[in-house]
Amino acid sequence: MTVDPTADPTAHPTPHPTSAQEAAVTEDLRSPLHDEHVALGAALTSFAGWQMPLRYTSDIAEHTAVRTAAGLFDLSHMGELEVTGARAAEALDRALVGNLSALEPGRARYTMIVAEDGGVLDDLVVYRLAPDRFVVVANASNVTVVRAALTERFAAFLHLEAEAPEGGLGADVELVVRLRDRSLDTALIAVQGPAAEGIVTSLTPDADAVRALKYYAAVTTTVDGVDALVARTGYTGEDGFELFVDAAAAPALWRRLLEVGAPHGLVPAGLSARDSLRLEAGMPLYGNELDTGTTPYDAGLGRVVRLDKACTDGTPTPFVGRAALEARSTAEPTRALVGLVGEGRRAARHGYPVVTRDGVPVGVVTSGAPSPTLGHPVAMAYVRPDLAEPGTELGVDVRGRLENVRVVALPFYRRPR
Amino acid sequence: MSLPTDLHYTVEHEWLRDGSPSTVGITNVAADALGDIVYLELPAVGESVTAGAVVGEIESTKSVSELFSPVTGTVVEVNDAAVDDPSLVNSDPYGAGWLLKVDVTEAGPVLTADEYAARSAG
Repeated sequence: MTVDPTADPTAHPTPHPTSAQEAAVTEDLRSPLHDEHVALGAALTSFAGWQMPLRYTSDIAEHTAVRTAAGLFDLSHMGELEVTGARAAEALDRALVGNLSALEPGRARYTMIVAEDGGVLDDLVVYRLAPDRFVVVANASNVTVVRAALTERFAAFLHLEAEAPEGGLGADVELVVRLRDRSLDTALIAVQGPAAEGIVTSLTPDADAVRALKYYAAVTTTVDGVDALVARTGYTGEDGFELFVDAAAAPALWRRLLEVGAPHGLVPAGLSARDSLRLEAGMPLYGNELDTGTTPYDAGLGRVVRLDKACTDGTPTPFVGRAALEARSTAEPTRALVGLVGEGRRAARHGYPVVTRDGVPVGVVTSGAPSPTLGHPVAMAYVRPDLAEPGTELGVDVRGRLENVRVVALPFYRRPR
Repeated sequence: MSLPTDLHYTVEHEWLRDGSPSTVGITNVAADALGDIVYLELPAVGESVTAGAVVGEIESTKSVSELFSPVTGTVVEVNDAAVDDPSLVNSDPYGAGWLLKVDVTEAGPVLTADEYAARSAG
C-alpha cells in the first residue's frame, strides 16, 4: 500500500516511517502545547516546520464535533507580527492590498500581501487593537517571507516619508514603525463550533462583550485569568473564537477549556479536521488555492484588493503590486476558482487534472476530499472561465479514471443560523 | 496495537493470513496513517490478482492509497461488510476489517511481524 503523496500537502500521514523522517520531525519547532498533545495521544505531523497534532482520535469525529458542538485547536504555529507606531496604518496600506487605515480598532480584516507582479505571498488576518497597534497573522509556512517583505516595505515607506517635503504628512508625527515577530511567544488556541460562545463566555469576566462580538471583531480581556485577545474569527465555517495568549499561560488554559468544554461536547481537533472543515466552508488554503503564481482575482477574492484606498491627501495609496493588480482587475480572467461535487465515491485530490466529460484538460484540482458533513466528494479547482457556471458538468482524472463532477457555487457548506 | 505474529506482511503495509483461501488486509500502521477510511474499492470475486500489483484503493478523508496484492491468485471473496462500513478497517484491521480472500497460486515476497515492525517502527 502506498499513500498518494499528491493527495494533500497540508498534513502528511507517515505511511512509510523512516529514520530520516523521524529525524526531520524532531528538528521541528514545538508548540507551547506540545506536551498536552502528547498526553492526549495525538498523532503528530510535521507541518510548515512545526510538529503539530494531525488528529487526536478520529478525523471525522473531530470534524463532526466542530459542526455540532465544539472543537479545540492549537494554532500556535501561525505567525503573529505586531506592527506599532503612529504611522503603522499607513505603512500597512503601502505593504498590503487592503485598506487598513479604514479598519476600526477592535476589528479584524482578511487581506493579502502580494509581490510586485500581483502574485500572492500570503493571505493574512490583520487585527487592529488600537489606532497605532496592529497584529498581522500569517501562515506558518510564510512567516519568514511576510516578515521580510514587511520590513523592506516599511523601510521604503519611512525613507520616502523622511525625504518628503515639509508639511507633506505631518512632520510632528514620529517616523517610526516597529515590527515585532511575536510568533514564538504567542500561543493561538481556537474554540470553534456552535457551543464555542457558551464555553468561552463561561471563563471570562467580560462575557457580555465577548457575546456581543461581531464576526471579525476582537476584544482584549482575560480567559480563565489569562490575558487574551479574544477574536470572533476562524477557519471552519462555524461560529467560534481565536484566543491569542502568552505561550507560557497556554497549557493551563488549554486544559481548562477542555475541562469546561467537555460537557458541551468539545473535543480537541487536529489539522486534518481543520483542513476538511475549511474545505467544506470554501476557504482558500495557501499552497493549494493561493500561491505566488496566483493573484487575488484568480482566486475570486478581488474584493480584498482595495484599489480605491487613498492617502491622507486624497491621492491613491501606492502599494506593492498596485500596477499589476490594476491591470488584472479589468483583464479577462484566464481561469476561475470553482467548487466541484463528485457524483461517485472517489474523491478528487490536490493536483488532479480537471477535464471535460470527453477528457479534454480544462483545469486542475487545488483541494479535495470526501466531505464528512455532506457525504460525497467535494473539491476546489481552477478551471477555464467559460466552464465556471454552477451546473456545468465536468470530470476529474482520478488516478487514470474519469470521475464525473459538477460545478457548484462555493461554499459547499453554510452553517445554519 | 501489537502486530499478530501469525501473519505475513508486505513492505506496502498489507498483511496475509495463510489458508485455503488466504486472507488479505492492511496493517494498523497503514490504517492509522490514513485516518478515517471512508471508501474501499476492491476487486471483484473471480478476478485474478498478481503479487505486487495494484488491486484496489483505500480512501480516507485525508488521503488515498492503493492496495497491492501480496500474492498471485484468484479473488474468491471480498469483505462486503467492510465495503459497507470501511471504519471496520480502522477499528479491527486484523479481524472484521479484512479485505480479500484469495486462492493463491503463487506466493509473493513477505516479511515476518518482526521484520515488518522493524521497517515501520516509529
